[in-house]
Amino acid sequence: MNDPLLAISLVWLFVFIYAILGSVDFGAGFWSMFYTRKRDTQAGSIANRFLSPTWEVTNVFLVLLVVSLVGFFPAAIYTFGMALLIPGSLVLILLTIRSAFMVFHYSVQRFRDTLDLVSGVTGVLIPALLVSILPILAGGFIDPDTHMLQVGKLFTSPVTYAYLAFGLASELFLSATFLADYSREADDESTYQVFRKHAVRLGPFTLLTAVLTTLLMGQEAVWLREHLLDQRLWFILSSLCFFIGYLSLFWRPRDGNKARGIPRLAFTLFIAQYALASFAYGRAHLPYLVYPYLTVEGSITNPEMLRYLLISFMIGMAILVPGFYYFWRLFLKDKRYLHQQ
Amino acid sequence: MDELTIARSLFGSSLAFHIIFATLGVGLPFMILISEIIYQVTGDRDYTLMAKRWTKAQAILLGVAIPSGTIVGVQLSLLWPRFMEVVGEVIALPFQIELFAFFIEALFMSIYVYAADRLSPVSRIASVFLVALGGGASAVLITSANAWMNTPTGFETSDGQITNVQPMQAFFNPSFPSAALHVLVSAWMTGAFVIAGLAAWRLLRRKQGYREVRYHQKALMMSLAVGGIMSLATAWNGHAAGQVLYEYQPEKLAAAEGHFETQAYAPLALGGVVDLEKGELVGAIKIPWMLSFLADNRFDAVVKGLNDFPRENWPPFYVHTLFNLMVGIGTLLMILSLVSWIIKWRRRHREALPRWLLWILSSTGILSMLAIEFGWIFTCSGRQPWTVYHYQRTAESVTRATGLGLWFVLFISLYILLFIGTILVMRSYFKRHPLQDEWKQIQAHPTERRW
Ligand code: HDD
Ligand code: HEM
Ligand code: HEM
Repeated sequence: MNDPLLAISLVWLFVFIYAILGSVDFGAGFWSMFYTRKRDTQAGSIANRFLSPTWEVTNVFLVLLVVSLVGFFPAAIYTFGMALLIPGSLVLILLTIRSAFMVFHYSVQRFRDTLDLVSGVTGVLIPALLVSILPILAGGFIDPDTHMLQVGKLFTSPVTYAYLAFGLASELFLSATFLADYSREADDESTYQVFRKHAVRLGPFTLLTAVLTTLLMGQEAVWLREHLLDQRLWFILSSLCFFIGYLSLFWRPRDGNKARGIPRLAFTLFIAQYALASFAYGRAHLPYLVYPYLTVEGSITNPEMLRYLLISFMIGMAILVPGFYYFWRLFLKDKRYLHQQ
Repeated sequence: MDELTIARSLFGSSLAFHIIFATLGVGLPFMILISEIIYQVTGDRDYTLMAKRWTKAQAILLGVAIPSGTIVGVQLSLLWPRFMEVVGEVIALPFQIELFAFFIEALFMSIYVYAADRLSPVSRIASVFLVALGGGASAVLITSANAWMNTPTGFETSDGQITNVQPMQAFFNPSFPSAALHVLVSAWMTGAFVIAGLAAWRLLRRKQGYREVRYHQKALMMSLAVGGIMSLATAWNGHAAGQVLYEYQPEKLAAAEGHFETQAYAPLALGGVVDLEKGELVGAIKIPWMLSFLADNRFDAVVKGLNDFPRENWPPFYVHTLFNLMVGIGTLLMILSLVSWIIKWRRRHREALPRWLLWILSSTGILSMLAIEFGWIFTCSGRQPWTVYHYQRTAESVTRATGLGLWFVLFISLYILLFIGTILVMRSYFKRHPLQDEWKQIQAHPTERRW
């Protein structure tokens, strides 16, 4: 693998990790809002229990994404900065409000409803804005003369809305599956049932929006749709993961007392589904970072810097992995945390 | 205002906002660590209680520190895209490594806050230590990037192209050692004085129990000790930072001193304002020979004046005032902590410090934070008109996008809102968790282990 390909693969990996973590995180915010209004279930508090310690870590992945883009592809920053000024600044404002309120909420239990509302609404808006970056990068929405984003065109194009529908459906689908698994880990079967129901309903819908997006894409980015068709094999594998995962939501677990479905298996397979599909999307997007202005090859940093960046990544990851493991044990595994009321 | 001015104001405000929370994110974990250790040594439960309460405060602050940091991080690329191109080529390393520091800080802060009751004392202290380490490391790393903007090294240019990049040389640029140390000790100093200020403020209240007075007294004297030592270190090492200016950024030193004529035996100027018409500093107290001595340890050192530099490269002159204020506050706080300890030592057998002193001490936190702000605005504005000293001008690095005014208004409103929100949440939290309740809880669980 040559240098630019290695670097873009790493960036792809960070995008993917953030997409999954972000879906679960923002989705949990949404579900928490949805269910604190209906006080009869534990669903809201389960979502909150997961959210409290994890959002900070999720946020660092967003920063990691920006920083690695600057480090690996400095020549791309000008175009990115110009095109993403508006969605980027909006995301920053919403993210700030959300994070601040999340912490305020934890410290002061008053104003619960307002705070839940904020975290829920931003939990939908932020992912929507982030997803809208995809059609921008695929071309057709950047003014060729000024390099500024054509906001009006972006938000009147049906393609954008197809992307948005797909992104939001995926967010809610993934977070519902994850929270189903999390509730089962906490031995809370009635909450499990609630989230499983959402996952079952949303699953086919995500597939539908994905097909719709591919169909509409041709309006602005014919090149991308053609490249995507070349990646058929990956998409078939991805759909296969989806179908098996979806079926596993109906299988009976070995422990006869539990309700239908094996959420751990389902969530793992859905991650594989999105990994395969987004990998294929990434491959289809090559050689462009931003169509037609920037290619991966043309934006890569100098080899000396690249070498140092890669070395620092390896050292950093070696130090961090035990930290992540410890964190996971304390908050996603430890029964004392999962079972608190 | 033109777009460049708006971009500068927007970015400067974002940083000025972030730095409040970031500095506390470095300073408070350090104080928490110290009080956890004092508890292990003395067995006095008041010190774990301090650690616990400051951690609560820090957890609230983190809710603003992290998103405001995310804002500056992303805004760098949005507002200064041409600058970030250069960063990516030459000085991407500290930004990259800083992320690992963020991860460590975020992971262990969550662990320390949300899992403290499930941790043994050793893992608890290890967690705060890692939080303090992560915060300190991120400050040092971001300072490496800023120091590089002041003294850029580690690359060459031919035909406007960057060549022969040496990432390590860029990282360890000439002003990095002094700047990194200065940022670190000044943050520790600020963390200590913020606590000292709050404790003094608490002690001014008339009606409170003996136990509370003792508690605040301990917090006050501990933080005055840490703050005193750190302000000494800050001043001593700030002197080293000044000598780096003398060698590498003579325009900045000249502007900081309002110094126009190149001369040996140059005087140090305190106060005064620059009169641009006359090209001199008016109304300043001048200490003969002192500037030459401070700049290079010799009275006959020649200090370059601004008249030797082209006028379009002159930094703005308010940096002279900022510099004076920073140094003045540092000196004042150093003296204040010494005086407080002497008075305390002489009144061993009586209760608290005298009220007049408490009144003064209650302002130290704000003063220290102001010194941080002045110091940063001094480095960034004193570098003008350059973004990367003698390589890239601020006007070249700015985005060509228009319509920044709207964002300026939005972001400023956001900062005001968050600032008020933070204060309200803090007050509400500590009002509803008074010290008495915490002592009752301690009595209910009297068996907490030490190591
Ligand atoms: C509590 C805060 C505080 C205090 C009391 C001081 N400083 Fe400071 N100073 C800072 C906080 C700070 C800072 C905010 O951390 C800066 C901004 C950039 C940097 O590297 O550190 C800074 C920058 C800074 C610079 C500029 C470096 C550059 O632009 O490259 C110099 C020359 C000094 N300081 C010198 C001093 C001296 C001689 C002090 C004597 C008491 C002093 N500082 C007290
Ligand atoms: C001297 C100046 C600065 C200091 C001492 C400082 C320190 C800190 C600290 C302690 C945090 C909290 C980290 C955490 O808990 O995860 C933080 C967050 C952050 N800072 Fe700063 N910072 C400074 C300036 C900057 C600048 C100029 C940038 C932009 C490049 C920046 C980017 C960030 C980012 C992106 C975060 C959020 C990280 C996260 O998501 O956790 N900081 N900073
Ligand atoms: C955290 C405390 C900081 C504060 C309060 C601060 C303040 C400011 C201010 C007021 C400006 C506008 C200067 C002017 O136009 O006169 C500015 C510019 C700038 N600062 Fe800083 N700064 C801080 C730290 C940093 C750090 C750590 C970096 C580097 C990573 C940095 C990078 C920049 C850049 C790129 C600009 C715009 C270009 C320029 O004006 O040179 N700043 N900052």
